[in-house]
Amino acid sequence: MPLSTQSQGDAEQYVLVASLDNARNLSNILKAITFKDHAIFSATPNGLKVTVEDSKCLQANAFIQSEIFQEYTIKEDSVGFQVNLTVLLDCLNIFGGSTAPGVSTALRMCYKGYGYPLTLFLEEGGVVTVCKINTEEPEEPVDFEFCSTNVTNKVILQSESLKEAFSELDMTSEVLQITMSPSQPYFRLSTFGNSGNAHYDYPKDSDMMELFKCTKTQTNRYKMSLLKPSTKALALSCKVSVRTDSRGFLSLQYLVRNDDGQICFVEYYCCPDEEVAED
Amino acid sequence: MKFRGKIIDVACLNHFTRVITTISKLTKMCVLRLTPLNLFFVLSGKVANGGVSMWCELSQENFFDEFQMEGVSPEDNEICLEVTPENLSRALKTVQNARAVKLKLTSKHCPCLTIAAELPTLSSASRLVTHDVPVEVIPRRLWHEFKEPGMPDFDVSIYLPPLKTMKNVIDRMKNLSNFLVVEANLSGQMNLKIDTDLVSVSTHFKDLGNPPWGAEGSQQGGPSPSRDPDAMARTRVDIRKLQQFLVGQQVNPSKAMCNIVHERVVHLILLHEDVSLQYFIPAVA
Repeated sequence: MPLSTQSQGDAEQYVLVASLDNARNLSNILKAITFKDHAIFSATPNGLKVTVEDSKCLQANAFIQSEIFQEYTIKEDSVGFQVNLTVLLDCLNIFGGSTAPGVSTALRMCYKGYGYPLTLFLEEGGVVTVCKINTEEPEEPVDFEFCSTNVTNKVILQSESLKEAFSELDMTSEVLQITMSPSQPYFRLSTFGNSGNAHYDYPKDSDMMELFKCTKTQTNRYKMSLLKPSTKALALSCKVSVRTDSRGFLSLQYLVRNDDGQICFVEYYCCPDEEVAED
Repeated sequence: MKFRGKIIDVACLNHFTRVITTISKLTKMCVLRLTPLNLFFVLSGKVANGGVSMWCELSQENFFDEFQMEGVSPEDNEICLEVTPENLSRALKTVQNARAVKLKLTSKHCPCLTIAAELPTLSSASRLVTHDVPVEVIPRRLWHEFKEPGMPDFDVSIYLPPLKTMKNVIDRMKNLSNFLVVEANLSGQMNLKIDTDLVSVSTHFKDLGNPPWGAEGSQQGGPSPSRDPDAMARTRVDIRKLQQFLVGQQVNPSKAMCNIVHERVVHLILLHEDVSLQYFIPAVA
């Protein structure tokens, strides 16, 4: 394969090498978290984690396990760097990012370590493109201290049901209010926009509800502008878990299947809007 | 000055319309030169259009069933008009299913290229459609500006890769940089490269083949026979100019070539059965 012969000589120098027969298995999931220019890459022997943050109030993470890659070699326990995500996506889609059947772009992603660019070798139809993207020292991602022991309410829904609601959300509403309760209305999304208030209710015995574990009634509001980007992750996913903890912090976890049917995860953490006191 | 032409064949009309639509995507205005045998669409390289120049040549008899013209004078048997190709394209698109389309140089409130056609309707009567596309007559003293460009003394000539692939790559590169380096050698290799503070990207095409100009020697403007086949000739151009050229291409050409004059100009040549299009993109510093 042309790509491996290209970088064979440098193989010893790379601390991270990850290859995919279909670059879309990386680019599609990255699109689900592209709402800011910069992304923090963190690679471990388990796989790749890509983090994007917004004003310390919102954090999105995409997880691509090492098994997804056709080749995944890492020489250290942890390799981290920061790159411009929009540039990376333009490079991953350099051959047009079309979804023509039988046509895919092969990718070999290589990194030599601190101070070196992220090198991508992409190939489609015999044409090879080499990209060198400058990296920066990775910032420390915010720790939202969201742990499962502190979770008060959790539901798992089929994405289908939420997709419709999210596509219709009143964008003139500054906040999205989420109510979760062991009793009516169980799971409710509310907006307060110029044309009035809207509520989307999901009963706990609905077909779409795969899991319902609510221990106490909680109503929290989150800035609409922060949650809007999560719609991209929702669009790609087949299932989503919505959890809130005692502080009202929100965790959205999306199960995404890639082109080859393999599973990857995207999660969003969001702080509650502080202007409104909890019920 | 007189000109009238008639197109009867629907495929010719289609093709003619597509050529003009392609031209309209390349430039807002250009010069149309009419001679007894040909039509030329010309854009001369001026600072205003970033130095880009274009020469498109159509052999009249491949399109027109009837073609009569009388130029400015018997010695200068030619008509030179400044036209807005988009207006012509729009007018032609409305008459695609006509049995015959007539083009005529007329003088209404100003000189016009009039496109007239009879369109079928559901009833037995037909509908007459006329478009008067304003043009400006170019005086003889300016004709020297619109002469056929000579073949540049290029360093490398190479066949282009599939235009669609080039366009896909260049569309993405345009997001990353304003400038692009086009380089090629006589071993059939071509690279497109961008290099900025944030990123450098280079796309490598190989086994493209080089047109056999060499036979006539360097008097014709060809690569010198002693040139190292692997040595790259390169020119840095404004990426939007190259993108604009590719956006316009609606039909796959039978031959597509690129001549590079090192650090001077990228000369693109597209040949279809009955149309040839040349596009010159100058180097930027």
